[in-house]
Amino acid sequence: MSQYNLSGANGAGLTAQYYDLNEHDHPEGGSTQLGFWIYLMSDLLIFAMLFAAFAVLGGNYAAGPGPKDLFELPLVAFNTSMLLFSSITYGFAMIEMQKGRVGGVQFWLVVTALFGATFLGVELYEFSNLIHEGATPQRSAFLSAFFTLVGTHGLHVTFGLIWLGVLLVQLSQRGLEEANKRRLLCLSMFWHFLDVVWVGVFTFVYLMGVLR
Amino acid sequence: MSSVHSDSHGHGHDAHHADVPHFSVKDYATGFVLAVILTVIPFYLVMTDALGDKSLTTLVIAGFAGVQVIVHMIYFLHMNAKSEGGWNLLALVFTCILVFIVLSGVTWVMYHLNHNMMPMPHNMNELP
Repeated sequence: MSQYNLSGANGAGLTAQYYDLNEHDHPEGGSTQLGFWIYLMSDLLIFAMLFAAFAVLGGNYAAGPGPKDLFELPLVAFNTSMLLFSSITYGFAMIEMQKGRVGGVQFWLVVTALFGATFLGVELYEFSNLIHEGATPQRSAFLSAFFTLVGTHGLHVTFGLIWLGVLLVQLSQRGLEEANKRRLLCLSMFWHFLDVVWVGVFTFVYLMGVLR
Repeated sequence: MSSVHSDSHGHGHDAHHADVPHFSVKDYATGFVLAVILTVIPFYLVMTDALGDKSLTTLVIAGFAGVQVIVHMIYFLHMNAKSEGGWNLLALVFTCILVFIVLSGVTWVMYHLNHNMMPMPHNMNELP
């Protein structure tokens, strides 16, 4: 420590120079993608906790309805395809961004939003059906864990849709500038990440629930 | 001394421009076709009970989910060892280790906790 101080006293200007160089070299938003990736990883930890809670509580029906009585696999399959389609249409938007065509990006973003909204609509329909049948989150530990896990994923999709809408406005106002490209890249990571989490949800919650 | 600093930072700076991934239709199409296959098979296995054995089906669909997650990571999220100078992959590996510890630890502990519980009331009646 004292050694460090000594050299610091020797070259006070040197320390300033060090920071100067640093400032120069970093383009604006150069580390945004890595930072956003680390946010996604922390989000993954949240989902891991919810999956763990579901793994522990998923069998506690409290003499209420179980997965076999509640889950409709065709509906889940339809929803899975909606999210998968929205993933590839977002990919097409990124390819259009690479070619520098704003119109193409906007078109594919709108298609992505439609698929995402369909997914969300079907999920809300499923939830309202469950609640009408009396399978509310309060009914059993299994249903509490189910609604928390699937609901958290649905909330993420909701915020992804809001973000998509905001990006569409920003694109129409300022086109494909650097900042908008960066935002598109971040939302692409977010959107594909949600699809990855959904793979876990439909496998471990729905398919394995029906197998139980 | 200052040259050492500027060298090491110049290196980090170079990595910034290389990290915008290249998007190709081929990558997305490959990922999409693989994802569809890896989704349809588990749904088919569960809905038709083709394997006839529940624990075997569970293992198989868990395997399909694992492979599909990797497919999404490579073709949709464009993960590779080089993006962001390897920090993306490092963060992912670290998170996967944490997720593994959380999931395996929780299920292991809770399973044993359930087994070591006091006998439930309906069992108590059978005691002499």
